[in-house]
Amino acid sequence: MHKYILRRLFLLIPVMLGVSFVVFTIMFFTPGDPVRVMLGERAPEAEIEAMRERMGLNEPFVVQFGSFVFNAARGDLGRSLVTRRPVFDELYARFPATLQLAAAGVLVAVLMGIPIGIVSATKQYSLFDGMSMALALVGVSMPNFWQGMMMILLFSIVLGVLPSSGYGTFMHLILPALTIGTSSAAIITRMTRSSMLEVVRQDYIRTARAKGLSERVVINQHALKNALIPIVTVIGLQFGYLLGGAVLTETIFSWPGVGRFMVDAIRQRDYPVVQGGVLLLALTFSVVNLLVDILYAYIDPRIKAQYK
Amino acid sequence: MASALLQIQDLKVEYHTEDGIVTAVDNLSLDLNKGETLGLVGETGAGKTTSALAVMRLVPAPPGKVISGRVLFDGQDLSTLKAEEMRLIRGNRISMIFQDPMTSLNPVMTVGRQIEEAVELHQKMDNKTAKARAGEMLKLVGIPAARAADYPHEFSGGMRQRVGIAMALSCNPELLIADEPTTALDVTIQAQVLELMKRLRTEFGTSMIIITHDLGIVAEACDKVAIMYAGAVVEYGTVESVFNRPLHPYTRGLFGSIPNIAEDVERLTPIPGLMPDPTDLPYGCRFHPRCPMAREICSTQTPAISTPEDGRTVACMIYEGLVPGYDTEEKA
Repeated sequence: MHKYILRRLFLLIPVMLGVSFVVFTIMFFTPGDPVRVMLGERAPEAEIEAMRERMGLNEPFVVQFGSFVFNAARGDLGRSLVTRRPVFDELYARFPATLQLAAAGVLVAVLMGIPIGIVSATKQYSLFDGMSMALALVGVSMPNFWQGMMMILLFSIVLGVLPSSGYGTFMHLILPALTIGTSSAAIITRMTRSSMLEVVRQDYIRTARAKGLSERVVINQHALKNALIPIVTVIGLQFGYLLGGAVLTETIFSWPGVGRFMVDAIRQRDYPVVQGGVLLLALTFSVVNLLVDILYAYIDPRIKAQYK
Repeated sequence: MASALLQIQDLKVEYHTEDGIVTAVDNLSLDLNKGETLGLVGETGAGKTTSALAVMRLVPAPPGKVISGRVLFDGQDLSTLKAEEMRLIRGNRISMIFQDPMTSLNPVMTVGRQIEEAVELHQKMDNKTAKARAGEMLKLVGIPAARAADYPHEFSGGMRQRVGIAMALSCNPELLIADEPTTALDVTIQAQVLELMKRLRTEFGTSMIIITHDLGIVAEACDKVAIMYAGAVVEYGTVESVFNRPLHPYTRGLFGSIPNIAEDVERLTPIPGLMPDPTDLPYGCRFHPRCPMAREICSTQTPAISTPEDGRTVACMIYEGLVPGYDTEEKA
């Protein structure tokens, strides 16, 4: 198991190299000159040229990419062209907010999705099942920004119980977390339901019932653990999606996270920030994926046996 | 006469499927005395497993539905019990061994825990005592107690079936229903499992219903035998009497279908035709389209249950005197 984890951690290196290459290439070939952005449209041509030379932007692609990777490996992601501060520091300051929002969103999704999915599966075709499936459909279909605005309208303006924007306290977290977690909750509900429906038909569930166990024990202790693999997979994917897809939610609620920072950076051609941000999100996503894979082993001993 | 432990009376179970209503069990009546072992024999789809599940009240619903009938266990009508009361009987006084050992154990729970669960629930044992009990049960079926911490995938098929047996026996049930306990196993393992079950019967006096399509197992392990065809019992009696002198044409057909090493027969005589489509059972006697003895009346009238000898029943027109029977040489 330890060896497996170690090997997976080593595998992160080629993954990150690949991500760096893709991001770097895209930024390299994107039209628009960062130096002009930095110095302004009216800067003299000679100064621009001098700046390009100084920043190494006149070097060939391979050399630039090489030095980017070399520096990134040491934690140096360059400096923001706009704020002139190290990209690493900028991201480091904003990442906790993004992580907090994504984690809260996943928590909301799990706390809603799994119980509703279980009840839906145990009472298939009941009124509850029909209603929760309809709600799940609404949940995945509702655009994030619209839902966010509606929630602000209801809870902040009409009822006045929750702050409409800002960051710091638990109260600030509620609306953004609900907004971002809703579609994931819907997806997790559906996945839990179908996975449970699959599992409760298995022979070993009949065996559990034949032992005289109560329905609660049969569902919570026998069925759920067996149904968990696809559910955990979806939760992991949703977490990654929430990390990268929080842009709109962060904008609506003025959440000081990486997503909003990156959107601004893209608009301003602040390419070191974009590259650094993408790398950070990709790394987080890979780590979450690894955690999911490790979790598999704790859920299913048959998978653990394969992790040699 | 020994007292009846289990009485099934006029049981009828249907499955409501998209293709129509399947009558899996129809007018099934059976008695089982204390300490007896009954073999329930029939082809796949004859309703053996459904009957057993109906006794446990575990017929999957939907699509299954118990239409009518009573199951008396120790004089108590199980169908009138509340769900919680039934749970106290399930796994405790009546337990079941399932057909496929590869799929009937929970893959993500240690085998020890799967045995402990039932013991903790029914014997009100704390976890430590239950663990010890699970270890004992494993030893009883020939598995080292230390393996209680292992998961099902770490066992062979035969060992898993023995785990299933250990689980079923952990609360000393009065009635054990074994649904094709050996079908999924190799012949050598089959013998081990049968031996184990026989030993348990003599040691603990457990009554058993062994569901099988293997007449060899019946001869080996059972006292009584009930032959099922298309959802109903067509013949019932002691193993000795049924094996020595099968009465129903279907039973005779079954015996004609197994090779006999003592007799020099060129060919086996299989029963012609196939089991009828369960959504469209033939009218009258269900066996008549395949029956060599069938007459006109068999397709219009359902045979009543006759009692040609004491403790023996058969559902066939021959024994109602409505259809000519077998030749005189049979009677000799």
